[in-house]
Amino acid sequence: MGQTFELTVNGERRQVEADADSTLLHVLREVLDLKGARFGCGLGLCGACFVLLDGRPAPSCDVPLWSAAGRTVTTVEGLADGDVPHPVQRAFLDEQAAQCGYCVSGILVSAAALLAEHPEPDESTVAAALDRHLCRCGAQVRMVRAVVRAGQAKADATGATATRTDAGGTGTGAGTAGVDAGTAGVDVFGTVVDR
Amino acid sequence: MSVERREVAPVAPPLPRGVVGNPRLARWVTVERDGTVTVRVGKVELGQGILTALAQLAADELDVDLAAVRMAAASTAEGPDEGLTAGSLSVANSGAAVRQVCAEVRALFVAEAVANLALDPDTVTVRNGTISDAAGSRRTSYGELAERVDLDREATGAVRPKPQHQARWVGRSVPRLDLPDKVSGRPRFIQDLALPGQLYGRVVRPPSPAATLVEVDTAAVRLRPGVRAVVRDGDFLGVVAEGEENAERAATALAAAARWHEEPTLPDEHDISRFLRAGPAESIPVPDPGHAGPAPTNPAPTNPGNADPGHADPGAAGRVVRRLRATYSRPFLAHASMAPSCGAARWAEDGTAVSVWSHSQGIHGLGRAIGMGLELDADRVDVRHVESAGSYGHNGADDAAFDAVLLARAVPGRPVHVRWSRRDELTWAPFGSAMVAEVEAGVDADGTVLTWSYDVWSQGHTARPGYAGSPGLLADTHRNRSRPTPPAVDPPARGGGGTTRNAWPIYTFPERRIHGHRALRTALRSSSLRSLGAFTNVFAIESFMDELALAAGADPVAYRLAQLADPRAREVLSTAAELGGWQRRGTEENVGYGIGFARYKDRGAYCAVLAEVEAVHEVRVRRLTLVVDVGRVVNPDGVRNQIEGGAVQATSWTLKERVRFDRWRVTSADWESYPILRFSEVPQVDVHLVDRPAELSVGAGEAAQGPTAAAVANAVADALSVRVRDLPITADRIVAAL
Ligand code: FES
Ligand code: FES
Repeated sequence: MGQTFELTVNGERRQVEADADSTLLHVLREVLDLKGARFGCGLGLCGACFVLLDGRPAPSCDVPLWSAAGRTVTTVEGLADGDVPHPVQRAFLDEQAAQCGYCVSGILVSAAALLAEHPEPDESTVAAALDRHLCRCGAQVRMVRAVVRAGQAKADATGATATRTDAGGTGTGAGTAGVDAGTAGVDVFGTVVDR
Repeated sequence: MSVERREVAPVAPPLPRGVVGNPRLARWVTVERDGTVTVRVGKVELGQGILTALAQLAADELDVDLAAVRMAAASTAEGPDEGLTAGSLSVANSGAAVRQVCAEVRALFVAEAVANLALDPDTVTVRNGTISDAAGSRRTSYGELAERVDLDREATGAVRPKPQHQARWVGRSVPRLDLPDKVSGRPRFIQDLALPGQLYGRVVRPPSPAATLVEVDTAAVRLRPGVRAVVRDGDFLGVVAEGEENAERAATALAAAARWHEEPTLPDEHDISRFLRAGPAESIPVPDPGHAGPAPTNPAPTNPGNADPGHADPGAAGRVVRRLRATYSRPFLAHASMAPSCGAARWAEDGTAVSVWSHSQGIHGLGRAIGMGLELDADRVDVRHVESAGSYGHNGADDAAFDAVLLARAVPGRPVHVRWSRRDELTWAPFGSAMVAEVEAGVDADGTVLTWSYDVWSQGHTARPGYAGSPGLLADTHRNRSRPTPPAVDPPARGGGGTTRNAWPIYTFPERRIHGHRALRTALRSSSLRSLGAFTNVFAIESFMDELALAAGADPVAYRLAQLADPRAREVLSTAAELGGWQRRGTEENVGYGIGFARYKDRGAYCAVLAEVEAVHEVRVRRLTLVVDVGRVVNPDGVRNQIEGGAVQATSWTLKERVRFDRWRVTSADWESYPILRFSEVPQVDVHLVDRPAELSVGAGEAAQGPTAAAVANAVADALSVRVRDLPITADRIVAAL
């Protein structure tokens, strides 16, 4: 059943063994253990699973592995530059632009793609670019503001001066993989693992 | 708060309810040797920022840095039982408990420090977790004393929380503690759970609610790759497999192998109002909330549906010169969480106990309901909370947990993780009930209301686990077809009611009759959806107020103010009108302005909304201006975020949403058949808070729902001179009303 495929994920060449028609979302979450892209509908209709495929936003729930093979995939975990969060991640924290945050991963990658093409979008450009994403919590107003702000911040930035994201005394840049419950002030999975 | 203003209280003030139920301090708080303080609460994070707000309260009472506070996930085994996280009561209830507990913990540490280091008891202070006195030569800390202070003792009530002006963290827009993880895509949600040895489960649901299983051949499915078990328990059917894909594929095969008998048991979607009104129904008493304080314990007694003296004017009815009447409705609404419901469970090897992971809003109630369904003692079921996406009420969380419990029973010792499909979430999770309200007013020659008569029909708004003596879990009804689910119930009046929530008008009408009718037949399974009946009741009352104002030739804002005594209500209403551009009304073609107002649950948050809409072929809400009074504000940005989200969601309900069904089944099963508001349709939202530091904090999460619907409906009527009384306000409905 399983075949080996090669793709570039967040800048790294990865070989994965899975079915050719496994979804890219499945491969990311279950094979590569990148849980940032979320399952929302499995039908390409909600945006929760979006990743960048060769730089373009795409629903990873609707992309079979065979068609992602050989291509470049960027997930929300790959937006930060090492310890330095992407300006749009930083802006989401500055604007507190989320409630439950389930929709946020997909929205961030689409926003990052938009900013790469239109460095300083206005509100209606942002809303149009994010229109394939649903947010049931109604946090869109803040999200649009955050993306506009990220564009302006990018324009203002001189390059290497971006600061570490700091919210409630915690950083987001470091340790993007794995549950680092101690840093967030809220214990995520409790003592789940030792039970 | 009045308790704090008293200088010397001879008797300790009563302990907050949460502390009375869970008096042991150690249940709430653990101080670690490194000085961090773990706080366990019974409330759960739903994306509303509750844990951040409670951490702020804890940090203030303990005098520690906010970063030293760790909020633990709620757990039946370790944390206090604080009931449900619902009804916008978390900050008020859990906050009071956290403050009390932390104040007592602080006092114990201070006493220990004084005794230990001979500190001066009169000048001892705590700063950032360090304890010292005015001399300052000797100091210690929470961390250093952690081992010496035994918190395994009961709260006494002898210590009081701090006066609020000494707060360092409360009142500040502290960033949410959970957002950094979410913005960087870390595993954080129950859907991300990866327990050691985890298997995956999938349920094969019946094709329609009344379908019964005729036969199923499981043999072939058992032989599929990775399959560990096929479970059939009555009409409950599912698979357990290694790997999620194997589980999905096996479930597809199992569905194909099952034969069901179906019946057209659902009522006509287009005539749901008649279904609700046809009865049978239970009559619901609607007590006059009067001018009760923020949280009265004994609501005024009342007789169901009896005439109420209101603002006593015995001759009022005799002066009526005109009667107006209108009927309003809303359809069934879906919670439509972005994340399909999910649960995990692991049975002990000997099958006598089960551990459950759930995003339930009430993990203790869920644990008891699971025990009830399986005839297990409640202490054999432990449930811990793991976050999911926002649920906005009772969605499929509890049901998914029970699915996992049933499937995991087939593989003792192995955890089984179950995730619903989008279709499951939109068709099997409980809905917010359809509702219909009829209102009639008798007015005097000026159009002022003299008599007000209001009837509202709905299915019940609560079918939480354990309700009405039943487990209330979806799979349980499929296991036991002979045990039908009781109709959904309503919370009692002191809990804000359900069908009749906010059915009582806040206005000073001399004579008022309010009737609630809870349907005892169930069209579609219903349970609590954000704000319960308040959404429809406020939509109806506030739409009708506009209709009355127009009939009287009056300005709708002035018309309301003339019949509104409560000063806090008057303030939010007039401020919203002023800030939202009410004076621009009538200046632009196809653009309308509308107002909507309510005090949530009669004693919660005041919220007034001014909507600006553009209506040509379809309705576009351009801007919402909300003015909100939630008493003392714990986290201003957190409140704003909740209000904004509520307003956007209510706009979606008002303009777009409707559960669709035929005579067999729910047909709105994806985002195309159940559309919600998109980015390009979201209005600009401006929120203004009226801070009242001396008032009790009340929740913000549900306050905007009803007022937003009414404001939008009133704005549409202003723009088009057409009144749409049945939600959602779609282009078709507008054309039909023209
Ligand atoms: S999960 Fe892929 S678009 Fe919804
Ligand atoms: S923040 Fe909850 S769905 Fe967007």
